Amino acid sequence: MEALLGARLTLALSIFAFLSLLTTSFSQQIQILNAERRIDLTSHIVKVFLTLKVENTGTAPANEVLLAFPPTQVDHLAVVKAKAATGRRKKRTYITLDVKPTELPDAPNGAKYFIISLLNPLNSGETATLEVLYMLTHSLEPFPAEISQSEPQLVYYHDSAIILSPYLIKQQTTFIKTPTSKVESFTRVEPTNRVSTELKYGPYEDRTPYSFSPIIVHFENNNPFAVVEELVREVEISHWGNLQITEHYKLVHAGARHKGVFSRVEYQSRPSHSGISSFKHLLARLPPRVHSVYYRDEIGNISSSHLRTDYRKSELEIEPRYPLFGGWKATFVIGYGLPLQDFLFESSDGKRYLNFSFGCPLAETVVDKLTIKVVLPEGSKDPSIVVPFPVEQHLETKYSYLDVVGRTVLVLEKKNVVPEHNSPFQVYYTFNQMFVLAEPLMLVSAFFFFFVACVAYLHIDLSIHKPSQHFAKF
Amino acid sequence: MADPENAKEATTLRYAFGNVLSFFILLLIGVLAFWIRLFSVIKYESVIHEFDPYFNYRVTQFLTKNGIYDFWNWFDDRTWYPLGRVIGGTVYPGLTLTAGTIWWILNSLNIPLSVETVCVFTAPIFSAFASWATYLLTKEVKGAGAGLTAAALLAMVPSYISRSVAGSYDNEAVAIFALIFTFYLYIKTLNTGSLFYATLNALAYFYMVCSWGGYTFIINLIPMHVLLCIVTGRYSSRLYIAYAPLVVLGTLLAALVPVVGFNAVMTSEHFASFLVFIIIHVVAFVYYIKGILSPKMFKVAVTLVVSVGLVVCCAVMAILIALVASSPTKGWSGRSLSLLDPTYASKYIPIIASVSEHQPPTWPSYFMDINVLAFLVPAGIIACFLPLSDASSFVVLYIVTSVYFSGVMVRLMLVLAPAACVMSGIALSESFSVFTRSIKFQLHGLSGSSQVDSGDASSSTVVAQNDAGKAEKTEDTAKERPSKKSKKKEKGIVDKPSLKAKIERRLLVLPFEASIFAILLLVLLGAFYVVHCVWAAAEAYSAPSIVLTSYSHDGGLHVFDDFREAYAWLSHNTEVDDKVASWWDYGYQTTAMANRTVIVDNNTWNNTHIATVGTAMSSPEKAAWEIFNSLDVKYVLVVFGGLVGYPSDDINKFLWMVRIGGGVFPHIKEPDYLRDGQYRIDSQATPTMLNCLMYKLSYYRFVETDGRGFDRVRQTEIGKKNFKLTHFEEVFTTHHWMVRIYKLKPPRNRIRGKTKKPRSKTSSTTRTKRSAATKRNPWH
Repeated sequence: MEALLGARLTLALSIFAFLSLLTTSFSQQIQILNAERRIDLTSHIVKVFLTLKVENTGTAPANEVLLAFPPTQVDHLAVVKAKAATGRRKKRTYITLDVKPTELPDAPNGAKYFIISLLNPLNSGETATLEVLYMLTHSLEPFPAEISQSEPQLVYYHDSAIILSPYLIKQQTTFIKTPTSKVESFTRVEPTNRVSTELKYGPYEDRTPYSFSPIIVHFENNNPFAVVEELVREVEISHWGNLQITEHYKLVHAGARHKGVFSRVEYQSRPSHSGISSFKHLLARLPPRVHSVYYRDEIGNISSSHLRTDYRKSELEIEPRYPLFGGWKATFVIGYGLPLQDFLFESSDGKRYLNFSFGCPLAETVVDKLTIKVVLPEGSKDPSIVVPFPVEQHLETKYSYLDVVGRTVLVLEKKNVVPEHNSPFQVYYTFNQMFVLAEPLMLVSAFFFFFVACVAYLHIDLSIHKPSQHFAKF
Repeated sequence: MADPENAKEATTLRYAFGNVLSFFILLLIGVLAFWIRLFSVIKYESVIHEFDPYFNYRVTQFLTKNGIYDFWNWFDDRTWYPLGRVIGGTVYPGLTLTAGTIWWILNSLNIPLSVETVCVFTAPIFSAFASWATYLLTKEVKGAGAGLTAAALLAMVPSYISRSVAGSYDNEAVAIFALIFTFYLYIKTLNTGSLFYATLNALAYFYMVCSWGGYTFIINLIPMHVLLCIVTGRYSSRLYIAYAPLVVLGTLLAALVPVVGFNAVMTSEHFASFLVFIIIHVVAFVYYIKGILSPKMFKVAVTLVVSVGLVVCCAVMAILIALVASSPTKGWSGRSLSLLDPTYASKYIPIIASVSEHQPPTWPSYFMDINVLAFLVPAGIIACFLPLSDASSFVVLYIVTSVYFSGVMVRLMLVLAPAACVMSGIALSESFSVFTRSIKFQLHGLSGSSQVDSGDASSSTVVAQNDAGKAEKTEDTAKERPSKKSKKKEKGIVDKPSLKAKIERRLLVLPFEASIFAILLLVLLGAFYVVHCVWAAAEAYSAPSIVLTSYSHDGGLHVFDDFREAYAWLSHNTEVDDKVASWWDYGYQTTAMANRTVIVDNNTWNNTHIATVGTAMSSPEKAAWEIFNSLDVKYVLVVFGGLVGYPSDDINKFLWMVRIGGGVFPHIKEPDYLRDGQYRIDSQATPTMLNCLMYKLSYYRFVETDGRGFDRVRQTEIGKKNFKLTHFEEVFTTHHWMVRIYKLKPPRNRIRGKTKKPRSKTSSTTRTKRSAATKRNPWH
């Protein structure tokens, strides 16, 4: 392990040296006076809160601030959000800023950038405070990669002690919060300090752009590493007043793989020691006024679930059929109905729109691939969609109960979704209310013709040989 | 002239109302038959039940996914590893094709029901059909009243409910409908002599052959009836039309079903029909000759024909006997033989005897399954003899044979149930008509003082005349119905008044109070039957058997969903090609729910293979490991009920494994597992028992649950408590320990085991906890 660490360190140090040579010129008009980074490692979703105090030292006003990420992190980056803080102390308010990924031609060593567009250009000599939040998924690497039932789960977290940035940082500090005080090891980059569950790196002064100092934190994390490999949510709008949601989950425990024996007797008799990294409960937060909830998989109902509802929210506590140990998988389906009037509205231009939450209702889970299918009622036209973040989308047609032309299905796909994505999105479409009656009328006419056919059959004599003549003889 | 006209109109109106009423009654009976079977869905869930239905469900899934041609050619490599099974050629396709067709129709109407839903509700739908078919059959025998009663009885007869609750997706669900409908068409043909119905009859028989192996019952019962008719001198051309086309068309059609194929002409089950086919031709020929010859010439001809016929018959018989004698089982399949000789299976084929539904029934099971019908049947038989017609003699024959068969095998109670319903329907309706008629008569007697007899007699004659007149009239004017139907109706009506008259004449003596009382009693009997049926449907037969529930003492419902827990675990956390060994009971479920390859399953076609698994289960660990390893098995699944008291677990089935295994591999001897002829697992058990794989896999680390290893099914402490496994490791045990899955350790562990020999020896030969402790202590 030492050798591995050493190898990683030398590699990273060489990157660091290489990076520091490549200080680019374009961004030198901005420097960061103070940077504070808080990395939260308590769950398997790494949350990083970054507070930057930015100063424009150049002459021209600056519109944008760049954030740099090493390429290994970019792949795991689920969310980047930025807010500008205005006002002092108690009157401080935050305004959300636009963050977009961007490419720079002379990015050193494959570093990737996000660009924060400031609301007001930063004039020469002015400062601004930016609050950045980003989340990383799949960034805790279990080590050892396979554990037995009685062992706790240890994970690595890789990062840099110094914030990767294209700007000069005058002063910076990094705090890392671990779930427990059980930290096996961590890289020291002086000054480094550990107080129970918190690791403090820094303060470091006057670091040149693209400074990098890799660190590894090896610590115990027994929180459920619940990852939904694939989630398909189908939202079906019925203008008879119901919104039917069906969610297909492929769940996996993405922590250290379980190895060898699973002993039920140990699991049941010593729950605090045996299989502590495993999980058997999941909590789904559903909208209020939910009804007809079901929880099943392909072989039938799963009886272990509880639903609690109040007027603000509904909570569905589900248990997979078996406790999930590292690497174990489970699939299941959750379905529920919602009153339509809570989610479907009419916009000012006469269009209807559905306002529904995007992400996965399971708490603290990562969704590797999320597909949302919005099934519009038969006969609706001009679908369009408003989502607060980029998604892939295309159209499909689905045939459901007695459909003739089929229903338009808007398919939205997004990878790497975290609970932070649970924000509403809107689907606009036009729909003529008369189409609601199409299927009942179809049924009525079908039955009508059936009965007419029956009556007609009973009044038609299909026999070739007339029985009446035969009987007339006697 | 005006009065009869009015009366005529009144009667036609009455008949019209009667028809509408019986239509709605039938509709309600269908609804009842459907709804009473939904207890399982409401109390549990919409899920496939038990064992065989899972196989049928899996086949239906394959059919709907891959189409009919792939279905016929389906070679299933996920079962009977490494042999595989040709599903398309060994399965009765009727049920699968039916459900597949329903699914296909629904889907082409864009009604997206899942295959599972369709499969779950196929049985209740066909129960409704079956009760309608019973109506038709009984109506042919004894009129519409008896038909309605019989249909209502069949709609809720517990015996049939047990096989056709929602989710019980088994062959019988469809086959009982096919059986009754075939019988109906046979009777219909017999009554009408119509080739149209004869053809339909052959088609219905074909559907029955597609659906269930029990079709041999039809192809033996109908020839028996034909023979009976011939012997009792009731031969008619109608009989010929009812029988000859059925044999020819039916056999040809039956041979189209892959699973039957040439068996339709080569096995002994079908020979009776061919023999009777020859006989009926001889008889028909004789009748024909008799018709065209003068009596004197006829006598000459008879001697000629009889001598020639005898020679031909002898030749045919000789050939048949030679053919039959050349095969080892005398051309009979094991199951049919065990029907003819109830002790056959237990003597020679333990695998058939091991199935609980192949055991002879006990008396309580008759009461449970057909309830009050058992008492009504004799009355029905008597009613069938007053007067005996072709149709009623058939029903009598049906009930007699089915009573015999139900006495041989529990599961053939299912064949008895429709017969019992028909009989009881006849009995109930006849007795009701007797009682109501005498009440009516008594009421008339009270109102009209002196003109009782004459008035009643005249009224009845008027009715009779009206009936006849009406019949004629309908023949004249009715255009909406094909002639045959009304002809049949006329016959029924003509029959009825004479019968009525007879009964009236005989039962005039029945006093008013007695008949009121008797009706009350009958209603009470019916009510009791309904209550029992609803109870049976709700409590006894609705459990899907893969989910168990129990009520805790505070009233809460506790669900034991261990089977699905284990199957879900297998399907998600093992490799797709891993082989799972278990006793054959769980084979179908494992392939359907866990989608893993199994060694043996509920289609017990290869005794040796099952015996191999049985031998492995009853061998010591190392030998068992070798057997399983030679079969590429990676996981072994055992069902264990000792912790929660689930009685039908593998330890209770274990003696059958020993018997079946010992039947093929003689080194497994049943007495080795019994102490003084008793099967026990406590400290008195034999060492062979305590060291066999099944014992070890069931009780591995069981003692750690309560400290002494108390088995709640056997109600004893287990014999050997602390032991370790050397060649297997526990990989999964369900929440209530009902299913335990072990993995075979890879071969290299054997070498490591050898180096650690002393330690493993102590653990494997631990006799008690104490001895293990004393041996372990020196290292401390």
